[in-house]
Amino acid sequence: MLFYALKRFGVAILVAVAVSIVTFSLLRFSGDPAAAMAGESATEEDIEYVRKHYGLDRPLPVQYADWAVKAMQGDFGESIYLKRAVSGILADRAPTTMILGALSLSFALILAIPLGVLAAMFPNTLVDRVALGIAVIGQALPSFFFALIMIIVFGVWLRWLPISGHASWLNFIMPSIALGYYATPAIMRLTRAGMMDVMSSDYIRTARAKGLKPRVVLFKHALRNAIIPVVSLSAVQLGFMLGGSIVIETIFSLNGLGNLAWQSIQRSDFEVMQAIVLTIASFYILLTFLADLLNAFLDPRIRVS
Amino acid sequence: MANGTVAAKLPSAQEILEPSASSLLLKRVFGHAGMTIGGGVLLFIFLIAILAPLLAPHDPFDQDLSKRFLDPVWGAKGTWLHPLGTDGFGRDYLSRMMFGAQTSLLIGFAAMLISGVIGTALGVAAGYFGGRVDMIITFIITTRLAMPVILVALVVVALIGSSLNIVIWVLGLLIWDRFAVVMRATTQQVRSMDYIAAAKALGCSTTRIIFTEIMPNVANALIVVATLEVAHAVLLEAALSFLGLGVQPPTPSWGLMISEGKGMMFFKAWVIAIPGFALFMLVLCINLMGDGIRDVTAPENRN
Repeated sequence: MLFYALKRFGVAILVAVAVSIVTFSLLRFSGDPAAAMAGESATEEDIEYVRKHYGLDRPLPVQYADWAVKAMQGDFGESIYLKRAVSGILADRAPTTMILGALSLSFALILAIPLGVLAAMFPNTLVDRVALGIAVIGQALPSFFFALIMIIVFGVWLRWLPISGHASWLNFIMPSIALGYYATPAIMRLTRAGMMDVMSSDYIRTARAKGLKPRVVLFKHALRNAIIPVVSLSAVQLGFMLGGSIVIETIFSLNGLGNLAWQSIQRSDFEVMQAIVLTIASFYILLTFLADLLNAFLDPRIRVS
Repeated sequence: MANGTVAAKLPSAQEILEPSASSLLLKRVFGHAGMTIGGGVLLFIFLIAILAPLLAPHDPFDQDLSKRFLDPVWGAKGTWLHPLGTDGFGRDYLSRMMFGAQTSLLIGFAAMLISGVIGTALGVAAGYFGGRVDMIITFIITTRLAMPVILVALVVVALIGSSLNIVIWVLGLLIWDRFAVVMRATTQQVRSMDYIAAAKALGCSTTRIIFTEIMPNVANALIVVATLEVAHAVLLEAALSFLGLGVQPPTPSWGLMISEGKGMMFFKAWVIAIPGFALFMLVLCINLMGDGIRDVTAPENRN
């Protein structure tokens, strides 16, 4: 187990380094950071000054090494627009996105797992069809459109929920649903497939044969094993949600990382964009690493091979 | 069934022994409700997109500020002159929807082709060669998966400047991951088949084995992923355009139309409902096609 964990950890670190290199290069090759920072009305000299001042005239590997060493110490440079340390801004904004991510995933799991279980218990019945229908519709509905519909219906027509800001927990309901429902089809399908698989296995037949209550068989024996792959998928989906938060946070004016990314793109705030991409990627890497460990813990076969 | 009809319509011996492959396929396709409906609507959208210049009642770029936000035909003051109403610049909504279908389909297919070439090359190489090649390619795939697609696409498009071509290339270069993952797994399965060993024993070159033995046998999975990736690219383009960093105005795009209508949506919900519903139908039907192709070509994988 320890060897497996160390190996996984090593890979996770390498992936993080690779992501940071790709992100850094993407930002440098996609445009001239000095020109973008200096603004549209800047003269040649202004741009030259900005380039010198921020050390953008140095060779790229040197710039990267400098940036990476500082980033490892938690220093992501300074935002040219907000004139504050990027790490401080991220720390202010991250909790909102984390809450949004956690709520969205909870919503997805609460909706998808019972539906998946029901669909597997009664395959090819109306229940199964309805669950499949929800999944198919969920995959096709653009999240930003769904968010706007909810704003019109629940925010304006019915006036049940606030449509923007982050004053209370009520503000998180619609964004979490808009962000979370997109993950439900995948989780539901996996739960259904896992349950179908497990329910036809020998140990479930044995459990039934020895007279256990159906409820005990379902929850204690079947669901526990069927849920293992859902753990990894949830980690991956949570990572996707953090990335997708840019759309939802912008629509609902939630003050999280996604909204910050959107504002930084508008302001050509290089250091912040770079730091956000890296932060969200790091979260994804961390989540998948933890999911791998949890899986290996739950399923001993994984850590041996 | 009544006895008489059975006797009257006895199938010929050949039909019982060997229904032709194509008739079986057709039967499965039309027996699959999702695929029939999805394919039908998709064909309809395709035709509209291709024939948009002929079908559109108005020029999609023609502005008339005296006719801003006219109701669609079912609205209070709707007329058949503008069946779906007009937008904030007085442009005919139906015509913009038709040309918007072109944008969505063009970006969806082009991005899918680019990502398909990259993903298939990586996936087949990883699956066929295994060992160190597989390790490196798996690492590349993992790195790509760790990068948030929408965020990276937005940042890159914002820096380079957005145009139709740039959106296509950025999406194409980003969404190859599913191709690579699925092609890798399918190639691994095919690689251990006896006919690959036979081809090797005959002395076939690696290129030949990959193109004449591997590719035809992973083609079904490839088509399914390709279909789903068109839908993925259409959704991403809409999201980028909605955020103002995709297709640029005045080009008609459904995502952009939702974004432009956002300010008016509390008063006239149809302004966002029409392009939103079209987007939903397009993606739904592409997905139904994808699921249908999977069921029809590999019925054993249905669950």
